[in-house]
Amino acid sequence: MKLPLFRIGLVTTASFLPLSLLLLILFLVVYSWPAIHYNGIHFLWTNNWNLGNLYGNPVTVHGQEVMPGARYGIWFLVVGTLASALLSLLFALPTAVGAAYFLAESLPKFLSGPLAFLVDLLAAIPSVVFGLWGYALLIPFLGTDIFPWMAKHLGFIPFLGGDPGSGYGLLTAAIVLAFMIIPLISATMREAISATESTLKEAGLGLGLNRLEVFWHIVLPRLRTTVIGVSILALGRALGETMAVVMVSGNALNYLPGNIYTPISTMAAFIVSQLESALQDPTNMAVEALAEIALVLLLLSVVVNLLARIILWLAQVRT
Amino acid sequence: MVGAGAHVSSVQPEMVAVLESGSLPVRRRRLSFRRRLFRVAGSIFVVASFSVVAMAFLSIVGDVFYKAMPGLNVRLLTESSTGTAGGLKNAIEGTLVLSLGSLLVAAPIGIAAGIYLNEFGSNAGGKILRFLSDILVGVPSIVLGYVGYITMVVYLGWQFSVAAGIITLSMMLLPYIARTTELALGNIPQSVREAGFGIGAGEGTVILRILLPGAMPAVMTGLFYALALSMGETAPLIYTAGWSSYMWNGHFTKEPIGYLTYVIWTFINEPFREAHILAFSAAFLITLVILLLILGGRWIMVHRLRRMGSYR
Repeated sequence: MKLPLFRIGLVTTASFLPLSLLLLILFLVVYSWPAIHYNGIHFLWTNNWNLGNLYGNPVTVHGQEVMPGARYGIWFLVVGTLASALLSLLFALPTAVGAAYFLAESLPKFLSGPLAFLVDLLAAIPSVVFGLWGYALLIPFLGTDIFPWMAKHLGFIPFLGGDPGSGYGLLTAAIVLAFMIIPLISATMREAISATESTLKEAGLGLGLNRLEVFWHIVLPRLRTTVIGVSILALGRALGETMAVVMVSGNALNYLPGNIYTPISTMAAFIVSQLESALQDPTNMAVEALAEIALVLLLLSVVVNLLARIILWLAQVRT
Repeated sequence: MVGAGAHVSSVQPEMVAVLESGSLPVRRRRLSFRRRLFRVAGSIFVVASFSVVAMAFLSIVGDVFYKAMPGLNVRLLTESSTGTAGGLKNAIEGTLVLSLGSLLVAAPIGIAAGIYLNEFGSNAGGKILRFLSDILVGVPSIVLGYVGYITMVVYLGWQFSVAAGIITLSMMLLPYIARTTELALGNIPQSVREAGFGIGAGEGTVILRILLPGAMPAVMTGLFYALALSMGETAPLIYTAGWSSYMWNGHFTKEPIGYLTYVIWTFINEPFREAHILAFSAAFLITLVILLLILGGRWIMVHRLRRMGSYR
């Protein structure tokens, strides 16, 4: 009876992984149940986060004890999260694909190895150090020089005009996020480019295309599924990024972005920045509402990752 | 070309000899303006996009090092932080406790899961497990932190504690370790397993005595990466490990602990220059150790793989 024991041990330990995912969802649902009940489904698209009068006496609404005037609506977080993640993907995707082509196709091998490692190392920089860099270097530079210039000269483009703000905001968050997801996209694309059949590339070269044209007209269209899959995966990463966003986004409350310089907040950043004040609520409803945000964020990232994995599985890529 | 050749031969026979001797004037088709524009703009774009990424990396590392320089002295290692000044002794200790602790918890489970995925994971159960573990990688770390907060800190009453921090971090590391172990074992040829079974070894013996030692360099690289990952995390720790300006007293529950990444994001918001220098020093230490860990992992991989020739 030695072998089954070993196998059973493996199965038990291995099942920790799926179990922990299910437990995460279960715990969040159970804990935030009063908040889900109190807030209803319009929680997602009302724009009013208000802990209520914390010095008043708790009142009972819909069978839940809350502080008077307490309202929980997170539309501004939904907008901030999606806008910053999509904008960062918009910056990151072309840059990462360009860098991947440069590293995979146009360099001799002794150079491409170390330089590719440089890009991979960028992925290892902690989120909070990215935030520090954004806070100490990017924001003074962008806020005093670049954004006012952009608002003045590119103001005719929608969302680029108006008040350039102080540097904290949607655009800065998107730029920092973009640098965080570039290594992910770039590494996958690099492998996919190298794995493309060389006969295809040679056929293209034989037709008189140069390497860049071969990449653009032959290799990239073949990798369309991979590009879409890894983009969604990177989007999922950007949606859940916390510390860097807390430090550069301006942590707006109940405020919808009017242009791309406006301060925003994302669900992940909001949980970090608001728990302390939520703990002031004696009915605990604010903490439960934060758990509801965490649940929304978890489900969002699960759906996004599910989609990405299915697409990448169809493309037979496993990152 | 044929048409041109025929024309030449019919009118000027003396030219044919010239053409056949190989000095045919090379016909260069002029590229259309659009194609030339594409080539030039495309090349510029490609070089520029790599340069931007490389410059961002160098600028992060350079900026952190430059601004940390005034604070890099032995006091960082010998003094605890006193609110906004002092050293980083407590934070360094805390980072080591938390990340090594989470690695100790996550490594056995993760490696076992990786073994299961690669050796027995071709059935439906294995596929589901692999899929869910890929999804688990994508769960935002702040969600893990918040669940750690409501379960361990509040419900179990551990308060901000080392144990809550370690367990939350190790949940984050599990899928990474499982993944690298699975890939490492997958690189070992099937014939090695057959050789093991052929001399009468059981399943456990083959895996633990033959496959795992062979895959060890790659597994170690994965563990180094996981350690680097856990050292750089902040979001899952803020509401599980808390923060403490004192050295850890050895208790696992009801005792908060400091860590370097917390110093970075809180001290930078203080209005004091000393606090800013401490924040940059903490960022420098963390970045340095993480980059060294990843370089070390790479080195193990390259160095040890050369000696493991028998498995290739």
